[in-house]
Amino acid sequence: MTGFDWLFFTEVLVGGLLSGVMYSLVAIGFVLIYKTSGVLNFAQGAMLLFAALTFVSLTERGINFPLAFVITFAIMVALGIAIERAVLRPLVNKPPITLFMATLGLSYVLEGAAQLVWGTQVHGLDLGIEDLPFDIGGVFISQFDIFAAAVALGLVVALSLFFRYTRIGLGFRAVADDQFAALAVGLKLNWIWASVWAAAGLVALVAGLLWGARSGVQFSLSLIVLKALPVLVLGGFDSILGAIVGGLLVGATEKLAEVYIGEYFGGGIESWFAYAVALVFLLIRPAGLFGQKLVERV
Amino acid sequence: MTLFRSFRSTALAASLALGFTLPNVASALADEQHFPLQSYRVGPYAAGGTGFFGGFIDYLNLINTRDGGVNGVKLTWSEGETQYEVERGVEAYERLKSNPGVAAWNPLSVGIAYAMIDRITQDKTPLITINHGRTDSTDGRVFPYVFPLLLNPYSETSGIVNYIGSKEGGLESLKGKKIVVLYHGSPYGKETIPIYELLAKKYGFEVQQIEVPHPGNEQQAQWLTIRRAKPDYVVLRGWGVMNPVALKTAAKTGFPVDRIIGNVWSNSEEDVIPAGDAAKGYTAITTQASGAEYPVVKEIVKTLYDQGKGNLDDKKRIGSVYHNLGIVNGILNVEAIRIAQQKFGKRTLTGDEVRWGFEHLQLDQARVEALGAKDLFHSIHVTWDNHEGNGYVTFQQWDGAKWKVVSDWIAPDWALLRPIIEKSSEAYAKEKGIKIRTAADVDTVTN
Amino acid sequence: MSVLLDTPASAPNLSRTPSLKTWVWPLIVLVVAFGLVPAFGTSYLFEGILLPFLALSLAGVGLNLLTGYAGQVSLGSAAFMAVGAFACFNFNLRVDGLPLFGSIILAGLTAAAVGLVFGLPSLRLRGFYLAVSTLAAQFFVQWALTKFSWFSNESASGVIDAPALTLFGFTFEGAVGRYYFALTIVTLLTFLAYRLVVSEVGRNFIAVRDNETAARIIGIPVLRTKLFAFAISSFIIGVAGVLWAFAYLRTVEPAGFNLDRSFQILFLIIIGGLATIRGAFYGAALIVVFPLILSRLGALVFGDLFDSGVLDMAQRIVLGALIILFLILEPDGLAALFARIREKIRGGFLRS
Repeated sequence: MTGFDWLFFTEVLVGGLLSGVMYSLVAIGFVLIYKTSGVLNFAQGAMLLFAALTFVSLTERGINFPLAFVITFAIMVALGIAIERAVLRPLVNKPPITLFMATLGLSYVLEGAAQLVWGTQVHGLDLGIEDLPFDIGGVFISQFDIFAAAVALGLVVALSLFFRYTRIGLGFRAVADDQFAALAVGLKLNWIWASVWAAAGLVALVAGLLWGARSGVQFSLSLIVLKALPVLVLGGFDSILGAIVGGLLVGATEKLAEVYIGEYFGGGIESWFAYAVALVFLLIRPAGLFGQKLVERV
Repeated sequence: MTLFRSFRSTALAASLALGFTLPNVASALADEQHFPLQSYRVGPYAAGGTGFFGGFIDYLNLINTRDGGVNGVKLTWSEGETQYEVERGVEAYERLKSNPGVAAWNPLSVGIAYAMIDRITQDKTPLITINHGRTDSTDGRVFPYVFPLLLNPYSETSGIVNYIGSKEGGLESLKGKKIVVLYHGSPYGKETIPIYELLAKKYGFEVQQIEVPHPGNEQQAQWLTIRRAKPDYVVLRGWGVMNPVALKTAAKTGFPVDRIIGNVWSNSEEDVIPAGDAAKGYTAITTQASGAEYPVVKEIVKTLYDQGKGNLDDKKRIGSVYHNLGIVNGILNVEAIRIAQQKFGKRTLTGDEVRWGFEHLQLDQARVEALGAKDLFHSIHVTWDNHEGNGYVTFQQWDGAKWKVVSDWIAPDWALLRPIIEKSSEAYAKEKGIKIRTAADVDTVTN
Repeated sequence: MSVLLDTPASAPNLSRTPSLKTWVWPLIVLVVAFGLVPAFGTSYLFEGILLPFLALSLAGVGLNLLTGYAGQVSLGSAAFMAVGAFACFNFNLRVDGLPLFGSIILAGLTAAAVGLVFGLPSLRLRGFYLAVSTLAAQFFVQWALTKFSWFSNESASGVIDAPALTLFGFTFEGAVGRYYFALTIVTLLTFLAYRLVVSEVGRNFIAVRDNETAARIIGIPVLRTKLFAFAISSFIIGVAGVLWAFAYLRTVEPAGFNLDRSFQILFLIIIGGLATIRGAFYGAALIVVFPLILSRLGALVFGDLFDSGVLDMAQRIVLGALIILFLILEPDGLAALFARIREKIRGGFLRS
């Protein structure tokens, strides 16, 4: 191992872990909804685009930052309630694959609506954080990525507190544990679903802003779901902790692979490598990262 | 009972769909020339599509409003949305081709263009792929109806290397330099790999080519590799969201932005605005300068936008890179018709007659100035066997608000590239059993 | 999916005489499709509607075997189409003297082999875990076909042209010719798929779908059945890819076989009706024709009021909303809807 550049290795590893946090952020939105209603919500990407585009268009019309955030959040809550009413409630007890397809239809609606209202222009988004690297003992680390990781951490803490200490949150956990038992004790499933979609809307907004600041706010934001899916396979569709650890794992292995193995394949292996990692892992350990049961029917 | 019902519903639906196409067909008045537009105003590439087709339509509209058409022949157009998807493009082609007086097709999509080559060759209508398309279709001997006007991907590569050479003080100074090409993981991105290798060998610089998987919203690994490689320049051969992310990640990993050179699909406002400050100082190649100060753009503003008849929703985008590309594309199409009219008469021309026009599309700098496009683009000289027409390129630098031209007009090394193109097109001709044209075939025109 | 017990096409055979009646309508359809349609159709009908319809229908038939009958959800169909298309191109190019028919069969077999490999996770994963892991096929295949230019015969741009369509010494040319070519292959494979689902293998598929444990108890080789479902389904989807590239678009490029196409195919079998052969045809008809009608209608009614960008965006919204509406109103698909209508009509006749 002489001549191995440990400094560079550390840099790739840290960069990968920080990218992984960004994947986790998107994945958490999926987990929230899957856990309560068993829906793999493909429209999460479209929600992310919708939220980011709404926010950036509002700020461009002169509305200040916090107000735009509040307005967008309110819109996302309204959207969550509307989705529950118009899509989920009529489809209750339908096979999951039907629900999945419905969310695909939903993503068309959201993408179309976002672009119809705000236009197809691409936007820059400046969150006021300088994205210049800092140098820690020769390792370059991006300030922005550190900030994003902190935000993600904050979001996870906030969500945990919400689910631990509020009525809706407790209801959420009850529903996640056993839908029928929750119904039997008189929990209002509709409200819980609506609030979970609203929470997913908040996650979409935060993730949309962070990704939007990195790549500009434009249509391709909705493609970020593809980065989140292998994270979900690895971490489990129903575990927030799994989404975070899975994200870190995917981020780190993917970057290391691209840099160190990629050249033997001619590069560009990132598009499928995360899936391969997730698959191999599951074949060795079918219970997934956190041992949740995998017996489910689609 | 399996197949019957499916057929019946298809037939019913099909007849409905056909019925709806009828009102689309413009009435066959004698003196009209039609442009069917496979545009894309929705979907991931909508920003480019609205700009380009907006500029194209604006120019056609200008000719109609200001001049009453081309020598009295009115220009018409109809749009079919493709969302940049090949099969929608094919559907639009089949639907729109029955419109009377079709002049030429301008899809602005490599995929759609490829799917159309067989079809337009059979239907004898020109296919214009300005600044993109199939490189070997430059060879008019094999592809009589395909025109990659101004710049094919190989010429672009040569233009970029020539520019880097001029920055370093001459092509001979490239020796020992290192260039990284960061390309989009698609057929488009890969197309120039052998040309960079060839030029590296010729001029003695070192080249490393790194792929970014589609769509390219995550490039940490690539830029860390670049940082380790310590190149003198990075050439960005990007597409869509890959471009702003590349610029952002470059800043993040400490690579100087003024050492990044963008190719022709990484050169628009849409590519730099999302990157914010990270794009300040970024340079990119172009065949048409951006800005609204050129006489023809001013006339479009006066004649159309001031009357509320412009095609762009957002007036700020007048004179943007894609809008000006659309305008230049309009100029080239209209001039091809004008040249063909001189030979065949001032009437609605057939597709094959317009093809003849394109094969004689010679606009020197004086003519370009007369058209109000001095400095907007340089010149073009299409011949029957050179369908690219020796377009010149220039380089623009982004100052945070607009593009500024920072170089002279540069000529790619056409002579070096021609044999490679001919080798490829001759192989294609052999594979498809195409007879190679000679100069004598050019004037055989179907009408 | 387990609750979707839409009766497969095979059911009537068990009770009634499996003779004439079952075959009358398909035969009439075939006579019309082979005889009448080419006589009256326009080039737009073939190029814009029937050719994509046939290719997508066949892909739907293939996926329905896997998803509808055997209960394994796949999001990688487009990848198997791509494998079929590129394999056919390469066999045709590189094996001298091999007739196109042979290339198509070999292409199907190649797709089946690839399908088998990516079907392996089905032995341990289920549901969405399996569905998402089939995405690995989607991205890996697209990457490999773009990356290694050998697959596209070193063509600089990675896009290849389709060869002439010659079967048994006869060349299918022009839109109508290619339509005949596609129709022949679709008819052949649909017939085979139909025979398969009424056979013991088909019953095994359904048993595995409905209850894996029970299937194992009654002695069905579950693992082998699942892998066979992946293989046979990929074979058919691979051939559908050949039709898509050779008969319809006439060019082959990896980008055309993207994730959207996979979703489209999954969507059409759900709309058409899972676990029915005819469902794939209904679904494909809807998915090909419906957006066209929508856009024509939009342009006709609102064309003068709004510019085309607004119109196209509105169409996307309407399309998405209608998908949701359809899933709410008719979750069992068009096949079930039509069956109900037929019952109604029959009931009406009896009463009068």
